[in-house]
Amino acid sequence: MQAETTVQAMKGSIHPKKRSRWAYVMSELKRNKHYYLLMSPYMIIFFLFTVIPVVFSLGLSFFYFNMLEFPRFVGWQNYSRLFLNDDIFMIALKNTFMFAVITGPVSYIACFVFAWIINELTPKVRAVMTLIFYAPAISGNVFFIWLIVFSGDSYGYLNGFLMKAGFILEPIQWLLDEKYILTIVMIVQLWLSLGTSFLAFIAGLQTIDKTLVEAGAVDGIKNRWQELWFITLPSMRPQLLFGAVMQITASFAVADISIALAGFPSVNYAAHTVVTHLMDYGTIRFEMGYASAIATVLFGLMIGTNMLTQKMLRKIGE
Amino acid sequence: MKMMAAFRTPKKLNRSFTVSFLLFVLLALFGSFMALPLLYAVNNAFKPLDELFIFPPRFFVNNPTLDNFYDLLALMGNSWVPLSRYIANTLLITIVGTAGHILLASAAAYPLAKYRFMGSKTLFSIVVLSLMFSPHVTAIPNYMVMSWLGWINAHASIIVPSLAFSLGLFLMKQFMEQIPDALLEAAKIDGANEYRIYWSIVMPNVKPAWLTLMILQFPMLWGTDGGSFIYSENLKTLHYALGQITLGGIARAGVGAAVALILMIVPISLFIISQSSVIQTMATSGMKD
Repeated sequence: MQAETTVQAMKGSIHPKKRSRWAYVMSELKRNKHYYLLMSPYMIIFFLFTVIPVVFSLGLSFFYFNMLEFPRFVGWQNYSRLFLNDDIFMIALKNTFMFAVITGPVSYIACFVFAWIINELTPKVRAVMTLIFYAPAISGNVFFIWLIVFSGDSYGYLNGFLMKAGFILEPIQWLLDEKYILTIVMIVQLWLSLGTSFLAFIAGLQTIDKTLVEAGAVDGIKNRWQELWFITLPSMRPQLLFGAVMQITASFAVADISIALAGFPSVNYAAHTVVTHLMDYGTIRFEMGYASAIATVLFGLMIGTNMLTQKMLRKIGE
Repeated sequence: MKMMAAFRTPKKLNRSFTVSFLLFVLLALFGSFMALPLLYAVNNAFKPLDELFIFPPRFFVNNPTLDNFYDLLALMGNSWVPLSRYIANTLLITIVGTAGHILLASAAAYPLAKYRFMGSKTLFSIVVLSLMFSPHVTAIPNYMVMSWLGWINAHASIIVPSLAFSLGLFLMKQFMEQIPDALLEAAKIDGANEYRIYWSIVMPNVKPAWLTLMILQFPMLWGTDGGSFIYSENLKTLHYALGQITLGGIARAGVGAAVALILMIVPISLFIISQSSVIQTMATSGMKD
């Protein structure tokens, strides 16, 4: 009690009440100046190329801007045009949702299932299998191999195989036929998608407390499925949350693969996504205001889905 | 029975053989789906031209040859912009971008991981939030920022934004949290300032995280084609050159396969070297409640 009053009296005498908040900020800044200095190079670049652009893009979405004339305020016009008058955007939105609903969850589950099976192997085999599953994600442009597999002439692997086996007589234009394009892009996207989350899951599985498993066995856990549900999944919750963010963001951001496989724009926009639509208006038509509206919608979709999924995943094992 | 030897036999829990076997088959099946295209890329690079265009197409190479690599060497000397230029550009972007990212991200991660000060929580939440959207969202304003800075058609436009890649900071910070506070306290008592602690205590302790940031950053920069920022031919990257070579059509198919192999083998080898460190770092990657 005695000590408390002394401290208060001292504070009062040094900082007059009026300036206390400002003074507090200044003293904090001064006291921690080394930390701010250490963070500054990263944070300056991060704000310049990530944070400010997001805010700027949000603002720009209410303007008409073509990089030449001075921006003109148009209110909600970009958004109303986007949702009411842009049929191509609707196709892009539909395709993006297809990716989000199919490749997102499938790749997420695949990351976990394969990490889980691989974890049962001996360390050496485990290292090799991890490499095999992770390699497509870092080999970058090697997805051009799939262009040969799905090539439209009889030299394409799939056509060659199907023709030899007698299923088809004429080669199929896999990447030019609306019926197949989206599916093929999805398959290749899945092939590439065992990335950071896969590694996080492998790591998470290796660090599960072994005594927990043994205690579970004593408590009557009979088989690997019960172990998975009652011990493994709950202990991995932090990694599962992290992996979900990675996979969701990636599944909404499909663009490069669609462009590499199906072209830009793809036949009848069959593999058009929100991101390729954004590229179309941003880098070809230079309608920056409209492109910013697309970017803002994309931002909302990604953040919204991530937040929702985080909420759902936090319930695991509760 | 032989292949089941690969499975560890747990002492206490009952693992049914049938399920193990089925899971193994599943793993093998999808493993080959993952590996075959890469194996094919390797095989292609060693195929002579007649095997590249055989019908029906063949997976494995019959008469492996290094011709494609010799052709590549010949092409390097003859093209308008020598291929070595593309390689040098890619190396510059990748090495500066990766090393700079590790340095900047760890410098920012150290205070965030170990101290609480005004704004530290907010800044980290913004970084976590930025993991939830892709860089495409900021593409339009970024282009304007670049043109304002005069970085259009300069390597800085690729390198500088990549220095502040948010996943790197996130993973680095999570990993640094496990450095014992006692270690930092001891250094402080010995009279080390914050920069010295960062450089000679924290940095040597987070080597696994360096390698992890490298393995995430390197393939991204290694595979960049310059995007919409680089116009001059002499500033373009190897990935871009690969596109140009394959556009050269049938005559260039062999060289294209050789370049593809080079492009793919570098990040994969890096991962082979750094795998155990990466897994160690990823163990701390989780998001907390």
